[in-house]
Order: sequence, then C-alpha cells, then structure tokens
Amino acid sequence: MARVITFQKAVNEALDQEMARDPSVVVFGEDVAGGQGAGGELDAWGGVLGVTKGLYHKHPGRVLDTPISESAFIGAAVGAACSGLRPVAELMFVDFMGVCFDQIFNQGAKLRYMFGGKARVPMVIRTMWGAGIRAASQHSQSLYSIFTHVPGLKVAVPSTPYDAKGLLISAIRDDDPVIFFENKVLYTVEGEVPEESYTIPFGEANVAREGDDVSIVAIGRMVGMAQQAAEELAADGVECEILDLRTTSPLDEDSLYETVEKTGRLVVVDEDNPRCGMAADVAALVAQNCFDDLQAPVRMVTAPHTPPPFTGSLEDLYVPSAAKIADAVRRTTGGKVGARA
Amino acid sequence: MSEGVRGAQAAAGGGPPVDGGAEVEAPAGVTRLSMPKWGLSMTEGKVTDWLVAEGEEVDEGAELFEVETEKIDGAVESPAAGVLRRRVAEVGAVVPVGGLVGVLADPSVPDADVDAFVAAFQASFVPEEAAGEAEAPTRTVEVGGRRLRHLELAPDQPAGDPVVLLHGFGGDLNNWLFTSGKLAERRRVHALDLPGHGESAKDVGAGDLDGFAEAVGGFLDAVGAGRAHLVGHSMGGAVALALALAHPERVASLTLIAPAGLGEEINADYIDGFVAAERRRELKGVLELLFADPGLVNRKLVDDVLRYKRLDGVQEALATVAGAMYPSGRQTTVLAGELARLSVPTLVIWGGQDRVLPAAHADALAGRARVEVLAGAGHSPHMEAANDVNRLVGGFLDELEGEPG
Repeated sequence: MARVITFQKAVNEALDQEMARDPSVVVFGEDVAGGQGAGGELDAWGGVLGVTKGLYHKHPGRVLDTPISESAFIGAAVGAACSGLRPVAELMFVDFMGVCFDQIFNQGAKLRYMFGGKARVPMVIRTMWGAGIRAASQHSQSLYSIFTHVPGLKVAVPSTPYDAKGLLISAIRDDDPVIFFENKVLYTVEGEVPEESYTIPFGEANVAREGDDVSIVAIGRMVGMAQQAAEELAADGVECEILDLRTTSPLDEDSLYETVEKTGRLVVVDEDNPRCGMAADVAALVAQNCFDDLQAPVRMVTAPHTPPPFTGSLEDLYVPSAAKIADAVRRTTGGKVGARA
Repeated sequence: MSEGVRGAQAAAGGGPPVDGGAEVEAPAGVTRLSMPKWGLSMTEGKVTDWLVAEGEEVDEGAELFEVETEKIDGAVESPAAGVLRRRVAEVGAVVPVGGLVGVLADPSVPDADVDAFVAAFQASFVPEEAAGEAEAPTRTVEVGGRRLRHLELAPDQPAGDPVVLLHGFGGDLNNWLFTSGKLAERRRVHALDLPGHGESAKDVGAGDLDGFAEAVGGFLDAVGAGRAHLVGHSMGGAVALALALAHPERVASLTLIAPAGLGEEINADYIDGFVAAERRRELKGVLELLFADPGLVNRKLVDDVLRYKRLDGVQEALATVAGAMYPSGRQTTVLAGELARLSVPTLVIWGGQDRVLPAAHADALAGRARVEVLAGAGHSPHMEAANDVNRLVGGFLDELEGEPG
C-alpha cells in the first residue's frame, strides 16, 4: 500500500528531497528555521505552521531565517536565482505579498524575457492562502489570480498531498519563477504519497472525478468541496465531472474544453473574489471556445466581492460550500436531471 | 501497468480471505455470490449492472454482474453452476468486500431456505475493515544492494515451493491483482516488483535479461526459497525462462504468459510508445495495445502508469531496458535455440489477439510445453481473461504437486 501522509508533510518532503538532490537549492523566509542562532535552535519551529520543520538541521547552512522585510528577501531570491542558486523563499501569507510586487512583477517575471533568454530565474515563492482559520481579512485571501495575470510567472495551487509534492518538485526544477500556493486548511489533509521523488508537469489538469452530466472546474481546497457536492448530487442521479486545474499558469485549456464538450454544462468554483478572477477567466475561455457545446449558462461559485470576514459565522458563509456548489449544479441542469421532489 | 483496469474475476464463492466476521455456512446446494476483492486497497464495490435475471440458470464462469471500484470495473463470473435465486444487492448498491451480492442455488433448494440463509448471513456479516483485518502489506528486501518490493500472500501455507509472479516491461506487482489471491488459496505467493519497476529501486544496471534473472535469483535467496514456481508475463516470462535455463534447480515450474524471449518480433509501437509517452492522451493509445478490448483502459489505469513513469529514475530505467532488450522493434535476446536444455515443466498461455508479441512465438516451445491460446484475450490474458488463466495455472500447479485439482 502506498504510504499516507499529510499535505504539510508532503511539502516538507519535497523540499527535503530536492535539497538532498541539488546543493543549489536553498530555503529562506520568516522563521523557516525558527530561532536560528538562538537558544531555541534545537527545537526550531520550521515556519509559522511548522512546514519546514527539521530541514534546518538536515541541511546545515541552507535554511535561513530572514528579517521581517518581504521586499528584501524576495528581492534576494530573484538575485540568487539569477546567479546560480535555486531559492525557495517562503512568504508566510500571500496577503503580505503586496510589499514586494516590484521584485516579483518587474524583476523576477521579466528578466528572462528582457535579456532575450540569457537570464533565468529558477525561483519558487511558497505562500499560504485561503480562509477558514479565523485569521481575518489580512491573512485569508486567495490571491493566485493576481500572479496568474502576469506573463513570466507560473502559478501552482495543489489540492492534494500527492499533487503538493509532485508540483513543488517540478516548481523547484523549473527555470522560471513559480508562485506556489499552499492552502492552510489543507495542511492536515492526508493522502497517498510515494516516498520516492516524482514530478507532475505544469499545465496538466487532473480529472478528480468522472461524470457525464455537469463539469465542475475547481482548484485547491475547492476540489474537495466539489467532491462533497458531487457525492450529494450522485445520490440524486446527477453525475459530475470534476476538473482540478492544478496550475493556473500555464492552464490546461485542452482538458477544460474536453470536459465541457463531454457534459455541456459548467460550474466553476473558486474561493477567490469573483471579479477578474480564475472563475471569470475560465468562464470566458469556455464561452469563447465551446459556446456551441454549452446547454446552459456557465455558473460561477465564488466568495462574494468583500474582504474575508473575521467573524466565524460570516467566514463560514464567505467560503463556497458543498451546498452552494450543488445548488449551482442543479441550476445548470434546470432541474431536468435529478431535481429533488 | 498498474492496477486500474477492467477485468473478469469470479465472485468469491467462499474462499479466503475476504470475510472478517463470523461466517454463516451456506447450506448444501447454495452458493453465495460475494463482492470480490480486487487488489490490496479495495474495501467495497458498487454493483453497476446485473447481467442475469432471477430464476435464470447459469453455468460456472458465466458473467453475473458488473462491479465498479475506485480502480477497476469488471464483470464478476459465477463460481459455480446453478440458478440465480436472489439478487441481494440491487443496481447502484455499494457492497463491502465479502458482502452478499446474490445467491445461486440448485432448483431443488426451497425458497425459504434461500431466504433464511440470506437473513442469517446479513445478520452476522462484518465487513473486513470493521473486523480490523490487516491488509497484506508489501515488503522490501535488499538484493545486490538494491531495494526490491514484493507482496507476500499466504505465508502460513504448508511448506512447498512458493509461486513467484513476475510482471512485464513497465508493469508492477499490482498487475497480478486478479491472480495472486486465487493462487494464494493453495500456496504461498510472492508478487515482485522487478528492478526499475513499481516501488523497487530504479537502478537496472545494463537492463538486460541476465541482470533481471540474477535479481530474481537473489530475491529467491532473500526470501529463503530454494526453488519456486515462476509465473512470468511478457518480459517477466523471458526473465523466468532465462533463470530456468541458467539455474534449473531453482525453478520448480514455469508458467509463461505471452512471454518475450521466444522470437525476434515485438511491437515497437508499444515499447517505444510506452517509454516516450509523457501525457495521458499519448499513453492511453499505447496501453490499449495491451488488451483485445481497448475499452478496458480506463482513466485510473492511465493515471497509475503516469504516476509510475513520473518517479525519479524511471524514464532512464525504461530507456535502458528498452535499449538493451527491444531496440527498433527487435528482441536482442531470443532463447528459442536453447530450449532443448529446458528441463522444467512449462505451461504457456497466450492471448489469441496479442498485439505486442505474436502468439505464434509459442511454436518455439511446441512439444516441450503445454500451450494454451485464449482466443478472446490480448497481451494481458491474466487481466482480461483472469478466470481462465487462474484455472489453467491452478490446475497446472495442482497436477505437478499431485494434489486433487
């Protein structure tokens, strides 16, 4: 039997194995060692939620705590990547990314292009995203769309421990900058993960469930939510196909059109805000390329256009739920299949 | 190839090891139709179709109902002849492994007895998981400094030569999911991941037949088997044959299923395509060559093979093996000329619609081995016609050991 580990452990293992395989891989960020140089060093935390725990002692000198100065250490990552290292920078919460947009958008994303391919930036920025842990508006956003928007960046948003390990290894070996999104609610989710190293290519969506009636396109934590909805709908006789995009840049458009051609109905689920987001992008691509296959309007299930609320009851309403997804699916079928009596 | 495939397999008619709880004996003339266990991870299956009506008479081996699991879809064959008396699980029902799906009985058995059996069985049945039965775990052994993974079934079977199952190029021990449990009803069984395959170490050395045969010999040493019945598919068949020629004292018998090594010809589209395929769409077309019915290649099978191919070191291993043994659609090692030396009892099974290796290669063993061609099967008869293959192999081994078949 394949071994079962958590999403968090899968990320840790990917980092560990790539550091062992390639001496140019270095890890740095706020508290990724945890108490480096201090009395607590032996019991180092390994990041705010312990994802990098154990790496500091296994790979001496290659796991570095940084000052709380995001623009400085993300800039350092761009520079290190340009000059021969493969840095994996951890920017605790994606919400803090704003202070280093210039380093990412104007430096990291542009150098290969502006130097005619003579420069490359094999950098990974790992960051946590998503609501659900009562961490309020500045620690709960789902900002992958902002990075997807910028040419020159690659963006991965894994939904399972298996995908987390394989996509992170691919990200580290990639010669372009990758923003790697880790959903904090998924950290404790368990799944089968090979002990050996492996890669998952970017731009390959995964069919998480097969079905003929309605396609649900989802990403990250929303894949599991879509699966719950699909279970509920299957009991009513509606068979959903779930497409997990895995990476938003590059995007597996072929698989997207294939599933819509098959089912003729599409619900896009995104924990992000609705405007100019992944869901709107997918809906637009399908409208442009598969309009004739559609038997019903595309439906989007997203968070509302508000910041993530701190109040628990409101936060629970904010994140798309299985019930909301199931409701959207029923609306695309117009009650023709499996409508409840 | 890994375990996601559609196949045909007999309903567990009463055999181990599918039941964890207290078991109610079926009365004379009554056969219970249970949810089979296909592969290590299966805990339940969904009945997706009944192929036989209540009251209909069926022969042993007739397809009774269709089952869908996480990994496999398959038709379940009747373990005996009789009349289908009850469909206990309706279409759409999810039944735990070992759970009651239907009842077959002789027409002379009164309805009341059938119903009483169903009621008694259902009242006492405890699914495997709830009963806490441990799954057979895979293990690893060190052979020549390399880690080899294997699955050992029925380690407590009385002494006797164990059966060792050897998969083909790009395969792994899960390819035997329809075979291993059946053979383990009577003897100890090891299914092995050859070097470069499954979860074994990815170092294949020169990648030639001698290297694999040596690894299998080392594996026999590691598990304390002086001698074994070798069952090999495709490349694994050639490996078994090479070991039997080099060390006949280690090999109690040979079962060669669509074996390589008997002629030059091999389908380069399969070998080269398997090595080259990087995405699902390419790989699906390649895997379809393994079966007479290409519809058997489902998404799960393709995904499992892709997962294997994406492990570090696998591409290099496959390319090395393909280059050493099967360059440009030709087999470099043909053992046909050495078969005069073959001294162990040998059974050959081939699918009549094999699109990877021609069944005519079996002619090389004419007069030295029993040859069975299964007309409807392709290159993987142990998956596509599992029931037939299990009967042939089981019967062959029983005869050799002088046990009642």
